Amino acid sequence: MTIRNTLRDHGQRYRPRIACLKKAEKVLLEMQDPKTGVKSQPQRLVITTIPHAITGEDILSWLADRFQIDTQEARNFGSMLVALGYIYPLQDHKRLVIKPDASLYRFQTPYFWPTQQWPVEDTDYAIYLAKRNIRKKGILELHEQEQYNRLHKWMNHKWDFIVMQAKEQYRAAKERKKPDRVVFDCQERAYWVVHRPPPGTVSAMDYGLDRRIDPNADEEKTPDFYGRIMIFTQQSIMRPRVKSSVSIGALVKYCATYNGHDPFLSKCLPSNPWITDDITYWNLNMPNVEIPTKMRVERWTFSFGELLSDPRGRDDFRLFLKKEFSGENLAFWEGCEDLKWGTAATMREKAEQIYKSFLARGAPRWINIDGKTMEITVNGLKHPHRYVLDAAQTHIYMLMKKDSFGRYLKSPVFKDTLKKAVCPEEHKYSDAQLEQNAKNRRPSLSPIVLRQQEKEHRAKMAANAPVDITQLCRYTTPVPHLAVYSGISDFPSANASPSLPFLAHSPACPSPISVALDSTSASERRAEAGEGGAAGIPEARAPAAGSVSRSCMPLSLRRLLKRGCTPSTMFASLSPKYHSAAGTSSRIQPISPDQPSQAPPRRIGNFFQIKVDIPPECRIYPIESEDEDEEENRAASRGGVGAKEIICPWESLTPQNGTG
Amino acid sequence: MRSPPIPEMATQEVQLSETLAHLKTESDTLKGKLEEERAKLHDVELHQVAEKVEGLGQFVMKTRRTLKGHGNKVLCMDWCKDKRRIVSSSQDGKVIVWDAFTTNKEHAVTMPCTWVMACAYAPSGCAVACGGLDNKCSVYPLSLDKNENLAAKKKSVAMHTNYLSACSFTNSDMQILTSSGDGTCALWDVESGQLLQSFHGHAADVLCLDLAPSETGNTFVSGGCDKKANVWDMRSGQCIQSFETHESDINNSSEADREVAIYSKESIIFGVSSVDFSLSGRLLFGGYNDYTINVWDVLKGTRVSILFGHENRVSTLRVSPDGTAFCTGSWDHTLRTWA
Repeated sequence: MTIRNTLRDHGQRYRPRIACLKKAEKVLLEMQDPKTGVKSQPQRLVITTIPHAITGEDILSWLADRFQIDTQEARNFGSMLVALGYIYPLQDHKRLVIKPDASLYRFQTPYFWPTQQWPVEDTDYAIYLAKRNIRKKGILELHEQEQYNRLHKWMNHKWDFIVMQAKEQYRAAKERKKPDRVVFDCQERAYWVVHRPPPGTVSAMDYGLDRRIDPNADEEKTPDFYGRIMIFTQQSIMRPRVKSSVSIGALVKYCATYNGHDPFLSKCLPSNPWITDDITYWNLNMPNVEIPTKMRVERWTFSFGELLSDPRGRDDFRLFLKKEFSGENLAFWEGCEDLKWGTAATMREKAEQIYKSFLARGAPRWINIDGKTMEITVNGLKHPHRYVLDAAQTHIYMLMKKDSFGRYLKSPVFKDTLKKAVCPEEHKYSDAQLEQNAKNRRPSLSPIVLRQQEKEHRAKMAANAPVDITQLCRYTTPVPHLAVYSGISDFPSANASPSLPFLAHSPACPSPISVALDSTSASERRAEAGEGGAAGIPEARAPAAGSVSRSCMPLSLRRLLKRGCTPSTMFASLSPKYHSAAGTSSRIQPISPDQPSQAPPRRIGNFFQIKVDIPPECRIYPIESEDEDEEENRAASRGGVGAKEIICPWESLTPQNGTG
Repeated sequence: MRSPPIPEMATQEVQLSETLAHLKTESDTLKGKLEEERAKLHDVELHQVAEKVEGLGQFVMKTRRTLKGHGNKVLCMDWCKDKRRIVSSSQDGKVIVWDAFTTNKEHAVTMPCTWVMACAYAPSGCAVACGGLDNKCSVYPLSLDKNENLAAKKKSVAMHTNYLSACSFTNSDMQILTSSGDGTCALWDVESGQLLQSFHGHAADVLCLDLAPSETGNTFVSGGCDKKANVWDMRSGQCIQSFETHESDINNSSEADREVAIYSKESIIFGVSSVDFSLSGRLLFGGYNDYTINVWDVLKGTRVSILFGHENRVSTLRVSPDGTAFCTGSWDHTLRTWA
């Protein structure tokens, strides 16, 4: 019986597999080989002679020789064997290490070897302690005494049995010859040092937590079991494969490509901060540094994925695309990433926005995807989920990768960046300087502070009047969504409505909006949780929420503007109904409190900004078959900006939806 | 002595064992076919290709920082994207955020449970997630206010029916991937605590997981006590690949596409508790249960270095985001950064 400790019992019963035991046993057998093993001889210890004793240095030299390892590793290995209990020291028996001198050790008898199968029982330990107590009172050490008392308390009900066993064993031992008895006592003592170590020592038997499944049991062979294996094997057979040479070749190539960039394999310029305590390397490689290093720029050329995953690289690419007037591809891709990795609550809105900005006919930043993908996407959007835009996203990604990326690498933008890139000199510090550096270690700005600064910077940019396309691309992404790819996110407090980080922080936020929006997000969440049944936005709640909030909108906006909240960031996460009002105020000029309703109804005032400087004639419209319902829409869009609201496939044409 | 079985039961038993035997042969045939298919494309071994690759020089890797402060076994750690901060969790329920460069402790949280086996740093650097014997994964937003009790703002995200063994944020602060002793992995929305996807397929406790750095970023691998490492598609919840060649539990996994080599040395008999690749993938660092760290040349399959320093099992090992160093946590209550 083992006394269970006070961990919560979740059905964990089994010790983890101790795979090293089998391997250790093999080594032990080799070591004990009379011809090729460690040489042993009888040793005198006090008055008795111990047979088959070995010295520490012999063990170590044997190990070093057998495994072709150096002394330090041999010491470590040897000490582990002692810690497991396969070898035990004759002197200083409580320290389970191998000493590289003439200290004596013996091989433990297999009877006392640790096993996978049977954990060491407290009952046996109790018997052992009782036996020693019987032999000579007061021989138990302090920790053993404590253990003895504890066991006596917990095993009181079988104490008679334990004492009886102890007496039996003691009597049986007395009948043995003295040398045997001494040896056996040594062995038994060593066994218990391993399995019930004194407090404060490291025990190799410590394995952490129990596991739920018995590692020794074989899984029961039922038809179900075979069924599963067969399905899995069939799937594996059908899976496409490549030749080993191809896949291994790719692995080798990858290693070779990145070899120069691996700080463990090549010099880190100017120096590795961990080694020299100089953080120039980190400063030069900040995420949004103005001038990147040459190594960093080189890395962008390795693959399109590298370019996009580096914020500085992505900025450069964005600049290039802007010059080519194909920035919508990247914006779309970023929107899709945002959707995929974003919070579930705002997912539906985001999907709608992306549709309206990029996919709908006549969308302001229409992207060019093939008909089939468009069809799949539009159908999927009727029941939007976070991966609904995957097909379109992959298409656009491939387009950028195969086309724009190549052109970017040959473009003046890239060449310019490359020319300006810095290549720092290697640091050459003397030992004294290194010591000085170590003393001068300084803490860095916390990511929390950095994020706060970023927020403020963005708020400033958004609040400033002049419309600058470049800035818009970079800075109008609202706070909750930027997180996705630049690693900066706003973490709203637990109580706030998830889509309104700013509202949560400004105490005087108008309640009508929060109430309305709370109900929106809550019902959205319910709709999500409802799963599958939701066929688009339930019309019932939309108008209700809409009517309540629209009237309150201008008031609250004014209040918010006074407090310096950023309307763009706040409103961007609202549902599309509110967008036109928001769009006007956030970018062009602050809404004058007197005439909120006169703000021109912009079509999409969301974070994917309209290109206001491109004349309507230049826009590319999708070619499609004449459709009665869309006739109106296209006529309106041909007429120019701001004529009519884009209609999503899932919205029905109710009067409220037309405006907004 | 059993009484003679009732005729119907006897037939049923016989039928069952026949069915089982039949199924077994069928399953073995299929496995054979799979091996055949695999063998067709197995035209070269890794070490053959690696012969042409230049060997690696000598390495001088030392402990550069030792972080002391945990009162018990360190079970898990994770790096922050800023390349110098780390979060670590230990058996006594403490989760500490350090600036590993200066060795200052920046934040500390005490979990209501012991054995906090999983911890992760959010990509933004503004939150950490941790969990363990409480069967949950909780997210704690970090705050600069020293007086603020971080535990007050805790957000419970994941709920499993057994202990939490590993957790990881995906590309953003908004989603968490968890693995548990109940044999499943799951993807959660942090905001709402909603379960987005669950992954069933392991027959025993799942001990570790790692996200795959692919272009679409949609897969991850998990390893468990059933000796299998499974690759999953995050979108569908399907297991797309499975590896089964370990002799024992898989304690740690690091994404690579297929098993091409086994790294072993006769003098190493102890289990690996944690692994990670260097930036180029050429070096594989392993933290072992014999208190050492072994560094392997991935292509040549040889061990290039062995590092000593810890005084107990190395329980966790991660390479920093820019590859300049790696950090190990150990049952000797300390963490060490090596470079």
